[in-house]
Amino acid sequence: MSELKQYNFIGQRTIRPDGYDKVTGKANYAADLALPGMIWGKILRSPHAHAKILKLDTSRAEAMPGVMSVATFADFPSVSNEAIQSGEGAVDSLDLGRNILARDKVLYHGHAIAAVAAKTEAIAEQALALIDVDYEVLAPVLDVREAMKAEAPLLHEDMFTQGYPESPEKPSNIAARHEFKMGDVEAGFAEADVIVEREFATPTVHQGYIEPHACTVNYNTDGQSMVWCSTQGHFDVRASTAKLLAMPLGNLKVVASEIGGGFGGKTTVYLEPVALILSRKSGRPVKMTMSRDEVFRASGPGSAARLTVKVGGTKDGTITAMKASIAYEAGAFKGSPAMVGGMTAFTPYDCPNVYCETFDVVVNKPKVAAYRAPGAPQAEFGAEMAVSELADKLGIDPVEIRLKNAAKEGTQTIYGPKLKSVGLVECLEAAKNSPHYKTELKEGEGRGIASGFWFNIGGQSSVTINMNPDGTGTIVEGSPDIGGSRASMQMMASEELGIPLNDLKPVIGDTESIPYNQTTGGSRTTFATGMAVIEAAQDVVRQLKERAASLWNVTAEQVEWRDGSAVNTAGEGQMTCAEICAKCEKTGGQISGTGNVNARGAGPSFAVHVCDTKVDKETGKVDVIRYTAIQDAGKAIHPSYVEGQFQGGAAQGIGWALNEEYVYSNEGVMENAGFLDYRIPLASDLPMIDTIIVEVPNNFHPYGVRGVGESGIIPPLAAVGYSVGDAIGANVTELPCSPPRVLKLIQEKG
Amino acid sequence: MFTASCPEVDSGKRLGVSMAMVFFSGELQRFTGEESCSVVAPNYRELLAELYEKHPGLKDSEIAQMAIAIDGEIVHEPLLEEIPDGAELHFFHFIAGG
Repeated sequence: MSELKQYNFIGQRTIRPDGYDKVTGKANYAADLALPGMIWGKILRSPHAHAKILKLDTSRAEAMPGVMSVATFADFPSVSNEAIQSGEGAVDSLDLGRNILARDKVLYHGHAIAAVAAKTEAIAEQALALIDVDYEVLAPVLDVREAMKAEAPLLHEDMFTQGYPESPEKPSNIAARHEFKMGDVEAGFAEADVIVEREFATPTVHQGYIEPHACTVNYNTDGQSMVWCSTQGHFDVRASTAKLLAMPLGNLKVVASEIGGGFGGKTTVYLEPVALILSRKSGRPVKMTMSRDEVFRASGPGSAARLTVKVGGTKDGTITAMKASIAYEAGAFKGSPAMVGGMTAFTPYDCPNVYCETFDVVVNKPKVAAYRAPGAPQAEFGAEMAVSELADKLGIDPVEIRLKNAAKEGTQTIYGPKLKSVGLVECLEAAKNSPHYKTELKEGEGRGIASGFWFNIGGQSSVTINMNPDGTGTIVEGSPDIGGSRASMQMMASEELGIPLNDLKPVIGDTESIPYNQTTGGSRTTFATGMAVIEAAQDVVRQLKERAASLWNVTAEQVEWRDGSAVNTAGEGQMTCAEICAKCEKTGGQISGTGNVNARGAGPSFAVHVCDTKVDKETGKVDVIRYTAIQDAGKAIHPSYVEGQFQGGAAQGIGWALNEEYVYSNEGVMENAGFLDYRIPLASDLPMIDTIIVEVPNNFHPYGVRGVGESGIIPPLAAVGYSVGDAIGANVTELPCSPPRVLKLIQEKG
Repeated sequence: MFTASCPEVDSGKRLGVSMAMVFFSGELQRFTGEESCSVVAPNYRELLAELYEKHPGLKDSEIAQMAIAIDGEIVHEPLLEEIPDGAELHFFHFIAGG
């Protein structure tokens, strides 16, 4: 890998291969498939946030004309506490089963209890009303701090906190505690001239993908069942569904449709196993779609968090100690990304004395799912707010204090390894030198700066490149394309093969067309699947050279591959890819290259954002008036897509900071389950998000790639939060900075 | 505190054996009672066996399901990994993402 290498395709802003179908409405999404004889499935959901199910009787619904089948938890063959891999790591299969069809308790308003499949949607809806459920209503607990109290209502009587030195004797809503430490944090604070300590809170937020969850399935007793769905990981949909239904993996084909947004929220299953039960019992294909209301009430949002952060520094700006206590809501079942919060909170800083304690806590809300850099935005919000306040109190520029303490190659992380080459310093320098940062604020405006760190991952990816007799080819990959990865795969394959982009068509293969691929998540696809593409393309080149050699009657070592053609170095002659492919039938059959990798060496990506806001002091409304997102991409394969990732992350983070939150009644009923009341930013709400791509190559990737999909959502929370505080002269400690909350801060300040 | 240089590892290098230094997270220190230890292990399997022998309590931990960083390079599935002489090793929980 070389920074100076000149590429033919890498780094170009090419036309996306999926664009035409999407803008003309021809792309097929999850709800677009219809099969002959198909019926419709609907879900009965809990009207209570916390209740025991005393009786569940589906007989009246089953007897209704037009109803074809009914499903409850009892229809799962046998579900135990085995781990299943999903986008967020391993999940407990019993918890997964109980989340998509309640067993003995309902644990949040909207929790699925039973499902009906009928000949029409209307009949299925009517049949839901005929299902008789008796409840013993219990008190809900809706806040992480309340849930941690010893006297809090328990969601799971058999859950004991993992992670304390001594095993607890009583059950608790705290599922797990983790501790990370290095150095002597108290000694570090003793060295400090100034200490900042504050409590912060962030709300439950949704990923806000436009396309609701949907699937069409067909159960078949001959071992050829099929699921068509919108997912970031169809192989993990297969694994989860097959586990819950006790099916061999080979009996289930999962096809990933085009996806209308995921952002981590489509890395688990809600409908697919239920639909397959309904299909099995009815003998008919079944379609299920969630309404927007169901998406909000019953699919996994991002965790709400409460954290206490303490940072100390000396007069020269050296940060001497950093400490945090971090509690995340997991929703109804264990498994929040609290631990990740502890691993990421202070990683942008090269500080020798750090301590983090994290708590994974269940509450009566939907089970959380991954949301872009899951766990990092909440914790880094508190850390970045505290560092900015420390800079303020020390009278040091907020970029300068970050530069002075920036993590760099060799920095010891709290989660274990030392960092390899990273680009935080370069991002901070770019921020400092940006036109935005050099522009002075006007009266009444505020500015916030924040950094963000995300690990990025590699993992398993498989790719096949099938060449055609005319020299064109198909790139079959297994990573659902949620952010433009097909374009990147096409570019990397073309770079290796030396043939035009349009000669290679990238497609997402189903689970029978390609070996296992990990879910698209963790910013892994361009990095890891890209490595598989490169390997597959190099395999094709090797075979093309061999075929050319056989036609020239020389050895393969005597053939070189230059700009899409084989060159005979032992004599005269040159053959294009198309010419060699046209003669495949004479040289041993068609050519297919494979790349199967378990990619390692993913390079972390740091981001730095600068945000200017203006606040209407009469209403508390905040306007973002200028925003710049800077991030290390390692090497931008397709700069427009990289910029899009930066801008998308910033927009979602701004929404998290300004408007988005689940609002619950005291009874645990979500009161804003729709896009009118759950306010994600519209294009008209935002200024142009300016972007600066920093390229510090990741030495573990052939082109230097780092994933860019997640770091961009981390800095906005603190960049916006601090900017608002700067504009009104108050300390923002709780998100979102919605008008009522900002107005209260203004009024309190007097 | 994690340390970059390690006399025991340097000594192992001089003796010509594959010696590495394992640094334990706060979570694993509950099972080991120490922040780090030296191991003589050419590969991951032998590394785990030696750690279990030195610290039997680790068998009750999640160390066998953890990812490992070998000189800073993160490996999620380390079963077949070789351990370079003088390596710094860190175990930590598998990270996924969204």
